[in-house]
Amino acid sequence: MHPATSIIVFTVCSGAGFGLLFALGLPALWGDAPSGALAWAGFILAFALSVGGLMSSTFHLGHPERAWRAFSQWRSSWLSREGVLAVVTLGLAGFYALACIIGLPGAAILGPLTAVMSLLTVYATSMIYAQLKTVDRWHTLLTPLCFLAFATASGEIIVGALRAAFADGPGIWPLTAALSIFIAWTLKQRAWRQGDARAVAPVSTTESATGLGFLGSVRLFEAPHTGPNYLLNEMGFTVARRHAEKLRFFAVLVGGFLPMILTLMASSGLAPTVTLVLGSVALLAGLFIERWLFFAEARHSVMAYYDRRTA
Amino acid sequence: MTDLPRATDKKLGLVIDLDTCVGCHACVISCKEWNTGGYGAPLSDRDAYGAEPVGAFLNRVHTFEVTPEEGPAMNVHFPKSCLHCEDAPCVTVCPTGASFKRSADGIVLVDESICIGCGLCAWACPYGAREMDPSEHVMKKCTLCVDRIYNDNLAEEDRIPSCVRTCPAGARHFGDLGDPMSDISLLVAARDGMDLMPEQGTKPVNKYLPPRPKVGDEQVDLAAFCETPHAEPQGFFAWVDRMLEKV
Repeated sequence: MHPATSIIVFTVCSGAGFGLLFALGLPALWGDAPSGALAWAGFILAFALSVGGLMSSTFHLGHPERAWRAFSQWRSSWLSREGVLAVVTLGLAGFYALACIIGLPGAAILGPLTAVMSLLTVYATSMIYAQLKTVDRWHTLLTPLCFLAFATASGEIIVGALRAAFADGPGIWPLTAALSIFIAWTLKQRAWRQGDARAVAPVSTTESATGLGFLGSVRLFEAPHTGPNYLLNEMGFTVARRHAEKLRFFAVLVGGFLPMILTLMASSGLAPTVTLVLGSVALLAGLFIERWLFFAEARHSVMAYYDRRTA
Repeated sequence: MTDLPRATDKKLGLVIDLDTCVGCHACVISCKEWNTGGYGAPLSDRDAYGAEPVGAFLNRVHTFEVTPEEGPAMNVHFPKSCLHCEDAPCVTVCPTGASFKRSADGIVLVDESICIGCGLCAWACPYGAREMDPSEHVMKKCTLCVDRIYNDNLAEEDRIPSCVRTCPAGARHFGDLGDPMSDISLLVAARDGMDLMPEQGTKPVNKYLPPRPKVGDEQVDLAAFCETPHAEPQGFFAWVDRMLEKV
């Protein structure tokens, strides 16, 4: 699948934004809602990431001016549900932010509610991809699990950095972030391995796509068009696959090992603000590579109609 | 709502005979011609006469090579357009309700005035039946020539999809696949019509008729048919013939 920059920015940034709202909202459960400078910085960053990501996704549209129509079909469409959940979550988070900053009551309820809704929003985002039977690599439970794990890991490391900079220290967040980052990349490894296995034995083949498998092996002899078309531009992306192994290594190195070492340094009291800010940047950088691969490595079933079977 | 209808009164669709298709692409051209002036936005092309032409088509003809375990390979021309699936994944993923399946006849259509051009329906379609228009940025797909088949202004024989009307080989058939006694349902039954990618669970309405098996294994001596039958000369000409042989 074509790795559109707008969609990569959207999934990474809005994932981090809603992950941050999760990490800002959850502590209200035990009376540790953010306040003062931490609340200001936290909510501004969370809204910037989530709203910025959502805005970025509209650049992918042919008609962005009609984007509001996407809120209507929540009964059947995950894309629509994602839009509705994002708006509801941002609304709740707005009230929660007011409660935290002005000191209004209700934070104890609004915080956990914001946290739960943030996770639901990230889940809906992941289901836009996971629902597609046409893409073997995406149609798996591991897709939502990875999206959720990366979003919470991003939120935890960022909230740690903010608490180090604007409050009384990062607390347990560097440790939980390290654990979340570890879990997220472990899940991603499993997703990659599962995807590689499926790439060898795809659900749909040229034989099943043409129905001619009962006669013998089938390959494309003559393409229907000599130039490119929408299908090949959108779903025929194969450039990255040659470098996939190297890119996976860099993604894990930059987005996994580096932030884990930095969070562990922070939790042992070593310049927590600097290490956690660097760790957050590293994680997001690693996620950009991971998300680029998520699209670039994914094979769509329509390519079965274009398979020339050349070595 | 982009929920699918529970059932449709009719299941209008196409039956494509892979045994008969000669791969001439006439259906591709007539489809483009009709639909660039018919329902919805024109089917645009970009850089049509340049080095990198690209454009939206609703019907494309692939040609496949099928190699059996033993024996020679065969070529199969393979027209492909929207299959108007009963369980159309392109409809349910649509966030705006632009993509819908009609409960009356089962045709899957796009309301281009509310399409946001997100492209998710094209991702959800396993067959590549949907293409984004490069100029209008809305999703284009086969309409089963909805503006022909019910069009009283056309002569009755023209009230069929453009591709079917134009096919010089008679490889394309149109009708109600929901009616088991309709001509095309009988054709599908007689020729073991098949679904494309049944594993995707889309329940396509359109069916494909597989190429008929080649009769027998023995090589037919085609040259024998070419020999001009030649009668032995009789009477006077036989005498001339014999005399000339002796000279």
